[in-house]
Amino acid sequence: MVLSIGVIYSLPNLYPAKPAIQVAYTDSGKSADQILLNQVKDILEDQATAVESVGLKDNNIIAKFNSFDDQLAGKAALQKILLDEAVVALNLEPTTPQWLKNIGGGPLKLGLDLSGGVHFLLEVDIDSALDNRLESLLNEYRKKFRDDRINVESSRKDNKDLVFSFASDEDYNKALRIFNEDNITPLGTPLYDLMSNSARNLIELAYSQSAIKEIRDYAVGQNLMTLRNRVNELGVSEPIVQRQGSSRIVVQLPGVQDTTAAKKIIGKTANLEFRLEAASTTSRLRKEEFDWQDERMGSAFLEKNIIVAGERVTNASSGFDESGFAQVNITLDMQGGRAMQKATNGNIGRRLGVLFVEQKNKSVLTQDADGNDVIEQTSYIEKEIISLATVQAVLGTAFRITGVGSPQEASELALLLRAGALAAPMKFVEERTVGPSLGKENIELGVRSIIIGLLSVIAFMLFYYRWFGFAANIALFANVVLITGFMSLLGATLTLPGIAGIVLTIGMAVDANVLIFSRIREELKDGKDPQTAIQEGFSRAFVTIVDANVTTLIASIVLYAIGTGPVKGFAITLSIGILTSMFTAILGTRAIINLMYGNKNIKELRV
Amino acid sequence: MNFNIPFMRYRRYATIGSLVLLLLSVGSLSFKGLNLGLDFSGGTLIEVSYEEAADLIDIRDLMTNNGFDDFQVVNFGSNSDVLIKVADKNGNSQLGDVIYKFLQDADPSTELKRIEFVGPQIGSELRDQGGLGMLVALGMILLYVAFRFQYKFALGAVAALAHDVVIILGLFSLLSWDFDLTVLAALLAVIGYSLNDTIVVSDRIRENFRGERGFEPDQIVNRSINQTLSRTLITSLTTLLVLFALFLFGGDMIKGFSQALIIGVLVGTYSSIYVVANMLLGLSITQDDLAIPEPEGAEFDDMP
Repeated sequence: MVLSIGVIYSLPNLYPAKPAIQVAYTDSGKSADQILLNQVKDILEDQATAVESVGLKDNNIIAKFNSFDDQLAGKAALQKILLDEAVVALNLEPTTPQWLKNIGGGPLKLGLDLSGGVHFLLEVDIDSALDNRLESLLNEYRKKFRDDRINVESSRKDNKDLVFSFASDEDYNKALRIFNEDNITPLGTPLYDLMSNSARNLIELAYSQSAIKEIRDYAVGQNLMTLRNRVNELGVSEPIVQRQGSSRIVVQLPGVQDTTAAKKIIGKTANLEFRLEAASTTSRLRKEEFDWQDERMGSAFLEKNIIVAGERVTNASSGFDESGFAQVNITLDMQGGRAMQKATNGNIGRRLGVLFVEQKNKSVLTQDADGNDVIEQTSYIEKEIISLATVQAVLGTAFRITGVGSPQEASELALLLRAGALAAPMKFVEERTVGPSLGKENIELGVRSIIIGLLSVIAFMLFYYRWFGFAANIALFANVVLITGFMSLLGATLTLPGIAGIVLTIGMAVDANVLIFSRIREELKDGKDPQTAIQEGFSRAFVTIVDANVTTLIASIVLYAIGTGPVKGFAITLSIGILTSMFTAILGTRAIINLMYGNKNIKELRV
Repeated sequence: MNFNIPFMRYRRYATIGSLVLLLLSVGSLSFKGLNLGLDFSGGTLIEVSYEEAADLIDIRDLMTNNGFDDFQVVNFGSNSDVLIKVADKNGNSQLGDVIYKFLQDADPSTELKRIEFVGPQIGSELRDQGGLGMLVALGMILLYVAFRFQYKFALGAVAALAHDVVIILGLFSLLSWDFDLTVLAALLAVIGYSLNDTIVVSDRIRENFRGERGFEPDQIVNRSINQTLSRTLITSLTTLLVLFALFLFGGDMIKGFSQALIIGVLVGTYSSIYVVANMLLGLSITQDDLAIPEPEGAEFDDMP
C-alpha cells in the first residue's frame, strides 16, 4: 500500500519537462486573457513555429514546444511583436498527466544549484526603521504638548530613547497622563517603556519589546511585499520571496543570469512623488502634465517642484473618517513632515497630487548592420497620478487623504503608497549565482553517482547474501522510489547535497538488512530450524534497528534546524531516507522473504 | 563469517593510538586552525570556465591590476575551470559582478559558472550556529542513549562521537582542506552513522550481559564485538562503496562532503569497536547496571 503510493507519486519525475514559454502582461495588475491567448496563437502560427499547445494557466499564457530550438524561435517571434505589452520568459513546463495532477502529484522541485539562477539574502535594517519611528514620535508629542499648552523645557532623541523635561510639576503630571493614556493599546500590551522622575520633572520613553517586534514585523512584511512586486516585474517563472528569521528576506530567481539587472530592480527606491497641483497661472516652465493611472480620469498639471519622495513615507493604511467615508492615512518621517509642512503652509485649498513612478523598459525593433532584426531595450521612467486631493490644513508627518472613493479603492491606494517605498533600508548579506551549465552538470554528476553507488551496493549484496541479498536489493530499489515519491509529494526541493543524502541513504539503508541477516545466521548456528531462525532474526534485530535509526534521525533534525538552503535539502533527504529505509528494510524484505520461503518446509537455509 | 579476535587484549594500544590522534588533532586545530570555506569566512567566490586551459598567472595579474590584493586564484576540477576567492571584510556584494566583467573584457569566451557572496555577519552566524548545532546534537543523543540504555553507554557513545568529530576536524586542519557548510553537514551525518554502529555494538553488549552469567565483563564485551563484527564491516563497506561513487563521480562541489564522510566512516567503525568498549570497561560496567528493573510496586498488584 505505502509502496504503491510511493510509486504513484514518484511517477511524475519520469515525465520529462517540456520547453515552454510563459507570456504575461507587463502590467502586473492585469492577468492574461483570451485576447492575449489568441494573439500568442496567431503570432506562433504566422511564424510557422512548431508549437505543441498553447493554454491559459494561473494568469499566464503557457506555450509548450517539442524542442528547445522551437522554443527559442517562438520566443524571438513573440518578443518581436509583443514588445513591451507582455513579458516573455523561457520556462520548463512539467508534463505530468492530468490524473496525477488531480491527486497532487508533480515532479521534484530543483534547487538553484541544480537549475541555475540567483539567490539573494537581504537584511532589513530595523534600527533605521526604529529611528525613523522615534523621530516622528518626537514630533507628534512636541506638537501635542504645544497644542495642550504643556510647557516643555527640552525634548530630544537620545539613542533609542526620547527624553522630555518639563518646566513645572503641573506640566509634568499632565504629560505623564498623556503618555499613560497612549500607552494602552487595544491588545493590552504596553507600547512604551516609560521612566519618570518626578523630582526632576523628567520623562524617558522607549518603545517596549512588543512594540519593537511589531515595528520589525511591519517593516519586514512591508519590504517583503515591495520585493514581490518588484520581482514580478522581472518576469521570472516561479520566483521565491520569503521571510527568513526575524529580519531577513530570501529572494530566489531560478534561471536569472543577469544579477546586476536583478539587483538594480530589487534595490531601487523612491518611486512616489508628492507635488502640488499647478495653478492655472503657473508658467509652463514650472509645471508638467501627467496622465492618471486610471485612464478614464485623463491628465492634470502638477508643479515641477517635488515636495516629498517615496522614501520618506514610513506608513500608509486605509481607514474611515468621522463620517464613515474611506480615507488613507499617511505617515512621513521627520524630514518629510517638515518639507510637507513648509509646502502646505499657505497653500490650503489647493490640491496635492501623488505620482507613482515606475522604471520601465521600452523595446524597439530595429535592424543591425547586417540587416538582422534586433530588439533594442531602453529603460525609461513612467510617472502617473494616483491621487489628487484638496489640502484642508497644514500637513505634517501624519496626514490623511479623504474622498478616495470606496473602502476597496482606499486600501488599493494605501497599497500603492506603501509599495512605492521600503519601510526600512535593506542590504545584500548573501548572494549566490549558479550558471545554467553548472546546474546541468551538477544534475548529471549527481544522477551518475546515485546509479553507480546503487549498482555497486546491489552487486555486493547479491554476491554476499545470494537470495537474501536479492530480497534486500528489491527493498533497496523500493526505498529509492519511495524517497523520490515522498519528496515529490511533500514538495521538497532537491539540491546537490540532497542528492548526496540519497546516495548516503542507499549505502546505509542495507544496514537494517545486514543486521537482520546476520542475526538469522546466528540463530541458524544455534541450531534453530530455518523458519524459526527467520522469525527470531527479524524480531530480535528490530529493536536495534529502531534505536540506531532514531539517533541518526536526531542528528538530521538538528541539521535541518541549523542548516540553510542546500544543507536543509540534505537533512530532508536523509530524514526521509531513514524513515523509508526502516519501512522497506523491515516490512519490505520480510514480505519478499515470506514469499520465497514462507509455508515451505526448508531443510537447509543459506544466508 | 565468524570472528574470534581478542580485541580487548589490544585495548591499551588502541587507547594510546586514539589519544595520540586526538592530541595531534587538537594541536593542529589550535595552532593551525581550520581552513574555513566561504560559508564561514565570508567574502566573494567566483567560478568561471574558459574554452581552453586558463593561464592563472594572467588572471592573477588582472586581479592585481584591478586593485585587489587579498585573493586566491586556483584551478577547480579541470585546468580550464578557475576559482577566484576574494576575502572581503566590508561586505561588498558587488565584487563578483565587477570581477566577472573585467575577466570577460579580457577574454570574451569566459563563461560564468557561479558567484557566491557571503556577508561577514552571515559567516560568523553560521560558525556559531554550526558549533551550537553540533553540541545540541551530541546532547540530545546523550539523553536518548541514557534513556534507552544506561548512562555509562551514553557516555561511551558521546565519547566515541566526539572522538570521531575531533579527528575529522584535525585532519581537515592538518591537510588544509576547505571546511564549508557541506563538510559540516557531513560531520553531522558522521555523528549519525558512527552512532548507528555504536548502538548496534552496545545493544549486543547489553543483551549478552543480561543473558549470560559468570563471565568477566571484558570477555562479554569482546564476544559482543566479534558477534557484530561482520555486520559492522559489511555496512561500512556498502557505505564506503557509495561514498567513493560520490567522491569520484559526484563533482567538485561535494568533494569535501564525501572526503569528510569517508574518513568519518573509517574512524567511526574503529571508534564503535574500541572507544565505546574502552569507556564501558573504564567505567567498570557490571551486570547489575543492566539488570532489567523490577517494576516498582509489583507486589501490590494482588491487593484488592
